[in-house]
Amino acid sequence: MHIYLPIAELSVNIFLILGMGGAVGFLSGLFGVGGGFLMTPLLIFIGVPPAVAVGTEANQIVASSVSGVIAHWRRGNVDFRMGGVLLVGGFAGSSVGVWAFAALREVGQIDLAIKLCYVVFLGIIGGLMLNESARAMLRARSSTPRRAKLHQHTWFHGLPLKMRFQRSKLYISAILPLGIGFFVGILAALMGVGGGFIMVPAMIYLLGMPTSVVVGTSLFQIIFVTANVTFLQAVNTQTVDIVLALLLLAGAVFGAQVGSRFAGRLKGEELRGLLALMVLAVCAKLGYDLVATPEDLFSITDGGGH
Amino acid sequence: MRRLWFLATLSLILAVSAGQARAQQELVADLSDHLVAITTGFTGADVLLFGAVEGEGEIVVTMAGPRGDVTVRRKGRVVGVWANVEAMTFANTPAFYAVAATRPLEAVAPEDVRKRQEIGLDNLALRPVGEDLDADAVTDFRDGLIRNKIAENLFAAEVAPINVLSNRLFRTRITLPANVATGVYTVSAYYLRDGSAVHAQTTPLVVSKIGVGADVFLFAHSYSAAYGLIAIVIAVAAGWLAAWIGRKVS
Repeated sequence: MHIYLPIAELSVNIFLILGMGGAVGFLSGLFGVGGGFLMTPLLIFIGVPPAVAVGTEANQIVASSVSGVIAHWRRGNVDFRMGGVLLVGGFAGSSVGVWAFAALREVGQIDLAIKLCYVVFLGIIGGLMLNESARAMLRARSSTPRRAKLHQHTWFHGLPLKMRFQRSKLYISAILPLGIGFFVGILAALMGVGGGFIMVPAMIYLLGMPTSVVVGTSLFQIIFVTANVTFLQAVNTQTVDIVLALLLLAGAVFGAQVGSRFAGRLKGEELRGLLALMVLAVCAKLGYDLVATPEDLFSITDGGGH
Repeated sequence: MRRLWFLATLSLILAVSAGQARAQQELVADLSDHLVAITTGFTGADVLLFGAVEGEGEIVVTMAGPRGDVTVRRKGRVVGVWANVEAMTFANTPAFYAVAATRPLEAVAPEDVRKRQEIGLDNLALRPVGEDLDADAVTDFRDGLIRNKIAENLFAAEVAPINVLSNRLFRTRITLPANVATGVYTVSAYYLRDGSAVHAQTTPLVVSKIGVGADVFLFAHSYSAAYGLIAIVIAVAAGWLAAWIGRKVS
């Protein structure tokens, strides 16, 4: 059964879209990630124009983050003050990102920019995660618990504009979370992701937030950043396909339920190791596309300009 | 709904004007449908062109979509990765092009006639934009454009056959793929004798989005801020609902 997507302007098999939503939903339920970094490349792969993939995926992430944040909010695992500061940066960053997206599209470099961002950031994050989970697995075997320092002082603790974040038990400069929010906001807009896969490690390793509040707070700010991207893409490029977003969401809701059941059967470091391998696989696929000789050196887009 | 009426009236007027001209002509042709509606279940459409001729000759039918600028980009290696390095814009490029003929195009008309009437992919009047363009580069980019259009099924690579019945009645079928552009298409039928056109007839074909999909598209383009806000509200509501379902299920 085919359905014509009004904004993407193409006819797709409805079960393919539901299946994609389900599969990515399953993985996001299993690993506790948003899954945007898988869905956007998949959408581009099945022929959805990159701009529509990014705009629509932002819209879908709004929905999946709302449903994800509710559980964390109930358990009090959202640092609203930290989330607020991050999202101020995120708003600015994602606005810049949407603008950069339009500019890159104009000069015909958006496909390259999207792929480069994916390869660089998925490569870094995947590599770090794989390394970390491998160490954790080895440590679990040797079982010599090491005392970690509660707090490490680095140069950025000397920055001005200090703020107290009670839930995160932190007293740090607001410049750092603002900067992280800004940077991740740019990537969210360019890559069609929520940015959790960068935000979460940044919160743990750069800000030193306790892991219990990290995911909830990250989801909280992702809602607003992706809502901003959705709105700006809808206004500037009319590339948000509500029909596509809802279909993906329907599949993802189901998949996430199944995925979260399976999550309990695996150990934390095993989960992280598997996630790292998946991230690296996507990275390798896109990296290969960048260096492999394309089938046709020429490509076309409607409209003038260079 | 009003749009549908407008289109229906338009096609009626066109059909009537075609009918008036019919009496004194050696070629009459019409389409099975003057409106192709892109509905939610649209997966492409076949357009049937049929007609009658008088006397001996060859028939050629071309169909061209709405014309506009298309930018062609060429990739090259930049520090190891493939990036777009060059671009050329072609004005007057039809969004769709197909041709049908009773015999191979070379046998039907000489090159100058084919060029003038844009019969065949090689004879499309694509205008490269810019000054002092290198002729070889223009050819490369033009070929690249046509290759890509063929890959997207928007240019027909093959000349479709025309069935002729007892040297009088003819019909041909042109397939529009699911990714066709909307707008007014031009369907031209030529009746040629000894290589020159003795008669030609042009009929417009309207390709338009109809129904919910069309409304969504129109709304997204004319009230984009409201569309964006609605998209966010729907997403938030759907997310809430999903969390609620998830709690009920587990």
